[in-house]
Amino acid sequence: MKKMKIAKTTKNNLITYSMVLIAYILVQILLITGHISSLMSGLLVPLCIYVMLAVSLNLTVGILGELSLGHAGFMCVGAFSGAFFSKCMDGLMPDGIRFFIALLIGAAAAGIFGILIGIPVLRLKGDYLAIVTLAFGEIIKNLVNVLYIGKDKNGFHFSMKDSISLHLDGEGQVIINGAQGITGTPHDASFTVGILLIFISLIIILNLINSRDGRAIMSIRDNRIAAESTGINITKYKLMAFSISASIAGVAGVLYAHNLSTLTALPKNFGYNMSIMILVFVVLGGIGNIRGSIISAVILTLLPELLRGLSDYRMLIYAIVLIVMMLLNWSPKAVEWKEGLKEKYFSRLHFRKEKEGR
Amino acid sequence: MSFISYLINGISLGSVYAIIALGYTMVYGIAKMLNFAHGDVIMVGGFAVFTIVSTLGLPPILGILVAVVICTVLGMVIERVAYKPLRNAASPLAVLITAIGISYLLQNVALLIFGANTKSFTSVVTISPIKLADGQLIISGETIVTIIAGIVIMICLTLFVNKSKAGQAMLAVSEDKGAAQLMGINVNGTIALTFAIGSALAAVAGVLLCSAYPSLTPYTGAMPGIKAFVAAVFGGIGSIPGAMIGGILLGIIEILGKAYISSQMADAIVFAVLIIVLLVKPTGILGKNIQEKV
Repeated sequence: MKKMKIAKTTKNNLITYSMVLIAYILVQILLITGHISSLMSGLLVPLCIYVMLAVSLNLTVGILGELSLGHAGFMCVGAFSGAFFSKCMDGLMPDGIRFFIALLIGAAAAGIFGILIGIPVLRLKGDYLAIVTLAFGEIIKNLVNVLYIGKDKNGFHFSMKDSISLHLDGEGQVIINGAQGITGTPHDASFTVGILLIFISLIIILNLINSRDGRAIMSIRDNRIAAESTGINITKYKLMAFSISASIAGVAGVLYAHNLSTLTALPKNFGYNMSIMILVFVVLGGIGNIRGSIISAVILTLLPELLRGLSDYRMLIYAIVLIVMMLLNWSPKAVEWKEGLKEKYFSRLHFRKEKEGR
Repeated sequence: MSFISYLINGISLGSVYAIIALGYTMVYGIAKMLNFAHGDVIMVGGFAVFTIVSTLGLPPILGILVAVVICTVLGMVIERVAYKPLRNAASPLAVLITAIGISYLLQNVALLIFGANTKSFTSVVTISPIKLADGQLIISGETIVTIIAGIVIMICLTLFVNKSKAGQAMLAVSEDKGAAQLMGINVNGTIALTFAIGSALAAVAGVLLCSAYPSLTPYTGAMPGIKAFVAAVFGGIGSIPGAMIGGILLGIIEILGKAYISSQMADAIVFAVLIIVLLVKPTGILGKNIQEKV
């Protein structure tokens, strides 16, 4: 009898998908039997958001090999464009369709921003790229905080000063109110929608990685000059990875906006710190390892909540995780030491595997 | 008249940026890494002076000296523990992410020790303000001290790098690490020295920054740190006079932008400057062109 042979990557991807599915079923069972406290069930949607952000940032950091510190900025673009649409269209079309279109708009807006930002930024490398993406994130946050948009019978009114200078007539309403943001976004987000969106992002990213395009992107990461001389269009592939990563972050932003009644751009949710937190998820899960990002996002979100006493030290733990993981995984000495350990204890295992492989 | 006073404020803020940017540019030139934690060393310097002067009631001069010593040691420890092991890492992202981790660590340790409340910093400058043009134009003592300190530090640093043996070693290491080592230069020692000087400058910048803007939180250093990096890029990274020019120009742009365009958009304007500079002239005002070798 011939054994069914599945390609290694397919098997790996299937494990990732089934992991998410099992987690979903498990949570649903626990929800129905009432084993999840209200605090925990409130965390479920943010958990999905973090997973999506971590997975999408991993596409930029792990697969494209460039450090982006402005990921929260893309989330902010998605959140505000999606919430803006929902606020305008509330009651004018069925909720499900409206939310679906809001998600698409969020993805498109963040993707367009990704391309716009990517064209100048991706010419840079390493440190410069990191600092410029950071700058873009801050600029987006600043811009949103001074943006006023209102709607009345004559259409939309824009202003960068205050809500009075919108000159709305009596029945007009202010939709984006500067630093006060958007209030009264319909509450459409749910855990099921979150999981569905995680699935879609996983399908997009995993298929991209294992495609011709994905291999081109990874070749740029591994050796830009060699990739360029084999005829790979560097700008195109970099932009592709960057904008896909941005639009998934945008979708996460739409989900975020529809989970809260008030959406404001604060340093806490769309600032530099948020970008760093996502980066911590990616680093802990393993740079370039999509499944790892999912697991670490879940663990690092749940852990401080489960251990209430640790909540003061949450950020400190993140910082230490970041430093220790980098030192252990990347310092040449630590790598050597790990190889030595592996050889000492797992040499027999390795031998067996090699034999099977033949 | 208000324009001139804005301009002077801008030069004052710019001098602080310049002092921070000098630390950035030296470390970047020699270790080829962006020391994200540099801004937070500023904050540590600020808290050191705050503790000694405001809490313990000791004289400000002692506070500044202790702050410089603490920051210098801190800078060297960070380099030794976190950056040195990663110097030959396979991915250039490794040391960058570690630097972000260190920055985060310093902020959160300060948060645990001092709390999130804003501390009001008592200025260490006791010079009375100068009044010009019948009191219409007031130049504060902090402004005078900051500008003078910036100029003195730049001159000393230029002399140190160009005239002293250790300075020449720094130039050699920044040019080519391997060749410098073959010439008998202690590369690790030189890099450690660079971090020490950069961190000492950060302490000075911290004192000046907190004297001019007397509010101190664990996040005080982060934004000026990033803006100082912008200044270093603006002036041409690796160049000492470039850092000075970039810092002062950036300070002027920020203050004028705050005054004439929008106070909420000041940060965005500064970052827009960075993006324009990188698009138009990525090597900055005084930077050298680097050709990529295949």
